[in-house]
Amino acid sequence: MKRSTPLLMAVALTATACGGTTQPAGAVSGSVTVLAAASLSSAFKDLGGQFEMDHSSVKVDLSFAGSPTLVAQVKQGAPGDVFASADQPNMQALQDASLVGTAQVFARNRLEIVVGAGNPKGIASLGDLARPGLIVILCAPSVPCGRYTLQAFTKAGVTVKPASQETDVKAVVSKVSLGEADAGVVYVTDVKAGGSKVQGVGIPDAQNVVARYPIALLTESKNGSAGKAFIEFVLSPQGQGILQRYGFLSP
Amino acid sequence: MRRAGDRVPIPLAVLAALGAAFFILPLVGLLARAPWATAWSELTSSEALTALRLSIVCSLASTGVALVLGFPLAWVYARAAFPGRNLLRALTTLPMVLPPVVGGVALLFALGRRGLVGQWLDQLFGVRLPFTVAGVVVAETFVAMPFLILTVEAGLRGMDRRFEDAARTLGANRWTLLRRVTLPMVAPSLFAGAVLCWARALGEFGATITFAGNFPGRTQTMPLAVYVALETRPEGAIVLSLVMLAVSLVVLVSLRDRWLGAA
Repeated sequence: MKRSTPLLMAVALTATACGGTTQPAGAVSGSVTVLAAASLSSAFKDLGGQFEMDHSSVKVDLSFAGSPTLVAQVKQGAPGDVFASADQPNMQALQDASLVGTAQVFARNRLEIVVGAGNPKGIASLGDLARPGLIVILCAPSVPCGRYTLQAFTKAGVTVKPASQETDVKAVVSKVSLGEADAGVVYVTDVKAGGSKVQGVGIPDAQNVVARYPIALLTESKNGSAGKAFIEFVLSPQGQGILQRYGFLSP
Repeated sequence: MRRAGDRVPIPLAVLAALGAAFFILPLVGLLARAPWATAWSELTSSEALTALRLSIVCSLASTGVALVLGFPLAWVYARAAFPGRNLLRALTTLPMVLPPVVGGVALLFALGRRGLVGQWLDQLFGVRLPFTVAGVVVAETFVAMPFLILTVEAGLRGMDRRFEDAARTLGANRWTLLRRVTLPMVAPSLFAGAVLCWARALGEFGATITFAGNFPGRTQTMPLAVYVALETRPEGAIVLSLVMLAVSLVVLVSLRDRWLGAA
């Protein structure tokens, strides 16, 4: 709470400034629907809240799901203004269908090994995950984090036999925090969001994989100006500051 | 006593047709989108066959468990009078309304490696249910057994007790009565309950993926395989769903004709 005080003051000041007689050039209103990857949920709730404070006449509706699910929804005509994906191929899928405009990378993420608090099994590297008797769970290869995990294992020259291939990254963290699994591989941001029951074990750069998160305006957007303003906010120093608090790296 | 068939009042016919269309249209949607050209290769892919086999084995096993544990419960609900019976019945049928994912989490808390009972299973017997085939059966039974309990209880309540009275006057003891009179008389509802339970277990997704995880050949049943395929190859997912639907349809139609004496 301490840290957010200057931020709140800044927002309050901005709000006062906006209340003046001259509306800023980017004045927007109405509602903006943001479809975002599951791994962005905490950070985007915060971003949405800040954006609403900055633009009192805008309401931000957030919808979180796995990136492939969101892509399928957009293809089936789900209404929305902004799409934030956890990887490039899913954004590309919508670009190929001309359903989004130009995409910009707004954040990066890295992989980390997630273990129970105190690291009871003494896991220090990806190689340790191949130890027999260890219950390791990974993301399924069909979702971005699973694909990245396999790339990291290839770089490290490790073969891991997982007990389960979870369909989203949050499930991996929750099963490690419940103690059902000894370790998993997830994003740095998920370890951070996982609370006190889990901790992260770093993966060196040479073995790590960097995930890039692109954001774009949907071509079917009903409120393009607000959508654009939201994207600009995410890319702004203030938006980037929020993302970094959740463990994301700047693009 | 059965009549050849009533004439359906027109308002009823219209609404019934709407009701039927509501179920049939989504099926037609699936069929329309199915990639028939590649359907065969999708079907016979080892992953699909593995998932189908696992689904059938686990759903049958959980139906078996549900019969063994569910019939006694139904009997107790229908025949025994004790305080808290209604509460107990509500508790054991809760999984019907509980979101299956919540059911899966609850099972982890109870039977997981760190669960209330699960930690003892692990320490004393080395038994771990999450991420195993047995875990799939547990999750499916949890969600599906209430269907059997309710159906069988209704059967027991609806049965003509005079046959039991007659058997008792002829000297049958309680066990003989149960075996020779009650069980044969409720056989149809036992069977109907088992079929409902099996169908629910076959389609189970949420509790399974939460409690047992998702690993091909071990805990990835057909619904899980469909979900995973949906994210990468939607066409493959459609074919897999159609296989599941076909298997269930054949079983449901043939069993109904054979056991429930449909017209």
